[in-house]
Amino acid sequence: MARCFIPVGWQQAGHLALVGFALLATLATTRAGPATQAGMTAIPAGTYRPLIRSQDEPAEISVAPFWLDIRPVTNAEYLAFVQAHPRWRRSQVSPLFADSGYLSDWAGDLELGPSAPVGAPVVRVSWFAARAYARAIDKRLPTIAEWERAAAAGFTQSEGAKEPGFPAQVLAWFTQPTPQPLPAAGSGRPNYFGARDLLTLVWEWVDDFNTAMVTGESRGDSGLDRNLFCGAGAAGIRDPSDFAGFMRAGFRSSVRASYSVPNLGFRCAQSP
Amino acid sequence: MKNPTCPRPGAALLFVALVALLPRLDAAEGTVLARPGVRPLAADLPVETAVLTEAPHVPPRITRQHAAKVIVNLEVREVVKRLADGVEYTFWTYGGNVPGSFIRVREGDFVEFHLNNHPTSKVPHNIDLHAVTGPGGGAASSFTAPGHSSQFSFTALNPGLYVYHCATAPVPMHIANGMYGLILVDPKDGMPPVDREYYVMQGEIYTAGRHGEGGLQNFDPMKAEDERPPYVVLNGSVGALVGDMALQAKVGETVRLYFGVGGPNLTSSFHVIGEIFDTVYVEGGVLPAQRHVQTTMVPAGGSTVVEFKVEVPGTYILVDHSLSRAFNKGALGMLKVTGAGNALTYSGKEIDEVYIGQASDAGFAASKREAELMAQKEAAIADNPRIAGFTKEIQLERGRKVFLTSCFACHMANGEGLPAVFPPLAGSDFLKADKDRAIKSVIKGLSGPITVNGKPYNNMMPPHDFTDDQVADVLTFAMNSWGNDFGAVSVSDVKRVRAENK
Repeated sequence: MARCFIPVGWQQAGHLALVGFALLATLATTRAGPATQAGMTAIPAGTYRPLIRSQDEPAEISVAPFWLDIRPVTNAEYLAFVQAHPRWRRSQVSPLFADSGYLSDWAGDLELGPSAPVGAPVVRVSWFAARAYARAIDKRLPTIAEWERAAAAGFTQSEGAKEPGFPAQVLAWFTQPTPQPLPAAGSGRPNYFGARDLLTLVWEWVDDFNTAMVTGESRGDSGLDRNLFCGAGAAGIRDPSDFAGFMRAGFRSSVRASYSVPNLGFRCAQSP
Repeated sequence: MKNPTCPRPGAALLFVALVALLPRLDAAEGTVLARPGVRPLAADLPVETAVLTEAPHVPPRITRQHAAKVIVNLEVREVVKRLADGVEYTFWTYGGNVPGSFIRVREGDFVEFHLNNHPTSKVPHNIDLHAVTGPGGGAASSFTAPGHSSQFSFTALNPGLYVYHCATAPVPMHIANGMYGLILVDPKDGMPPVDREYYVMQGEIYTAGRHGEGGLQNFDPMKAEDERPPYVVLNGSVGALVGDMALQAKVGETVRLYFGVGGPNLTSSFHVIGEIFDTVYVEGGVLPAQRHVQTTMVPAGGSTVVEFKVEVPGTYILVDHSLSRAFNKGALGMLKVTGAGNALTYSGKEIDEVYIGQASDAGFAASKREAELMAQKEAAIADNPRIAGFTKEIQLERGRKVFLTSCFACHMANGEGLPAVFPPLAGSDFLKADKDRAIKSVIKGLSGPITVNGKPYNNMMPPHDFTDDQVADVLTFAMNSWGNDFGAVSVSDVKRVRAENK
């Protein structure tokens, strides 16, 4: 449980987590959930239109209401986690669950250092590690459908694609180099649902990242060539001009669960 | 053309294993081998690391007469670089530059390819080498997350000059951001030696701002979709092959250009101004297929090899002869040739003298003839009362237009003026009395007390900025309207009065 790993001197995020758990107890008793959830924002029920789908898959997927962290998990929060769970420390993690780049921007096992500011999003964590973190605080990773549903909102409208200037701003992120070190998580402008930094800080793990698309080796599986490379990438696509969507799909399918990537972090979700 | 008897490089290990078991099959194929009769396992091949060069440089010719295992280490980096003066862009590169590093291997080489995606990259990348026989050209096998590295191997079955590019969705964006380069698979016997080899590639850049708009420019997906690039460049930026960075050669040398088009969309009409390609290896194949070519078309994702001997010193301009791209978008480079000139091949300017146009003999005769014809025409008009009357009607009509624009506000459309304020023109003794005074009044204005038809007026008429024709027309109109019949004013009258009142 959360109290196990909250260290002395790490008050702010700890308080948030504690409040979160207090609320969680209430949450369990009511299906609708509370109106607020510390550090999280409510994403109302909606739909997600997959970027890539085969003919027997639905054009729209319903997404039930859920809670989503307002911002990505920070280095400080993740440090508290590894303090409480030694097996996820850099020196002790199993190579099965995290590759050699795991937390390599940290100064030490339990020391963040100048490359990993306290408030910056934690990156270089594997999918296994992100899931373990979420599970330790009774949360989970969002699914692709949930994450995309939340990120489809603009700053002022529920459909960012229709908000003037919003798609260009999202795309602009790809054309700017990653700042070193990363800026603080939560400093971005909140979107329509109150979530920050979804599209313009770091990539984020999702629970079912490896269903993003079928790549090279397994393209024979479906009988439909869904390989996203070159011109073949345009076959079966909802909207070929959704460049940012392509990038996310491409990114998700470029990683494996043990990978640590310098600009890939995560945030947690929770069902009401 | 793919050799149907050869296996896909994706199955290279299986292939070499099979060949090891079946040496006779190998002999039947007649492949050139390091050890006669036995196709070497990749592990038996001599190993070398490929020399990679930045454009416009090309790795040295391969002189070995046997296959090798060639290790290629290519790093993908996303870097902010100059696109034009005052304009920057985040390029996605193979090796830190656009175009990507030039790779040179030999037909039959076993290539172990390492694609390394730098940790600071935003996005995953891969590589599709058109020199690879196999699905995706290596794309699926080389798909690499930031901070990771992929390895795959292939045998360079087909000689030729091939484009490589990133094939990660959205592919047009990856290519437009600079992810393309060339790999040359030298034929077994090598390309014929030349004096200079250079590497040039064309590509488009779809900036959000217009051409020349300063600052760090973002990629514009709509312009890419519409194929409307603000920039079309050679070797990655405006001016990459200009001035100090121009290609160099000496008179008498043969230059070979390995030219490719990354695209992602436009086909190049590749041309060197002032040169003729002696030989074109059309579409990057190995046959010197055409000679004496002015402009050769190179498709997006395609290449060409051109050779020409430079005979005359000077600067030769490399362009996409779809010329708006060269003049307005940057698709321009230079080849500077130094050495002694050969006046028989090209003289340079031999004569520069004054040309005096109409004042020259021919022009003078023409203008004399024109004056004669004009005089004949005027004489004919004067001799023919019907035509003369007609020309007066035309003059009156023109004068009426001037009057209705500038005069009627005071003198009124009926020419009667306003009693005690503006004098009349209709039946005006003042107008009838003195033609030159009327002309002067229009040109210079008139103020102070005057008497018209016995009535005093004391007002001010401003000067009018009319042409001589307009003055003549409007006065002739006034002197022949509303019952007036005061004669006419000619242009020469106006000129004379104007001269008298300078």
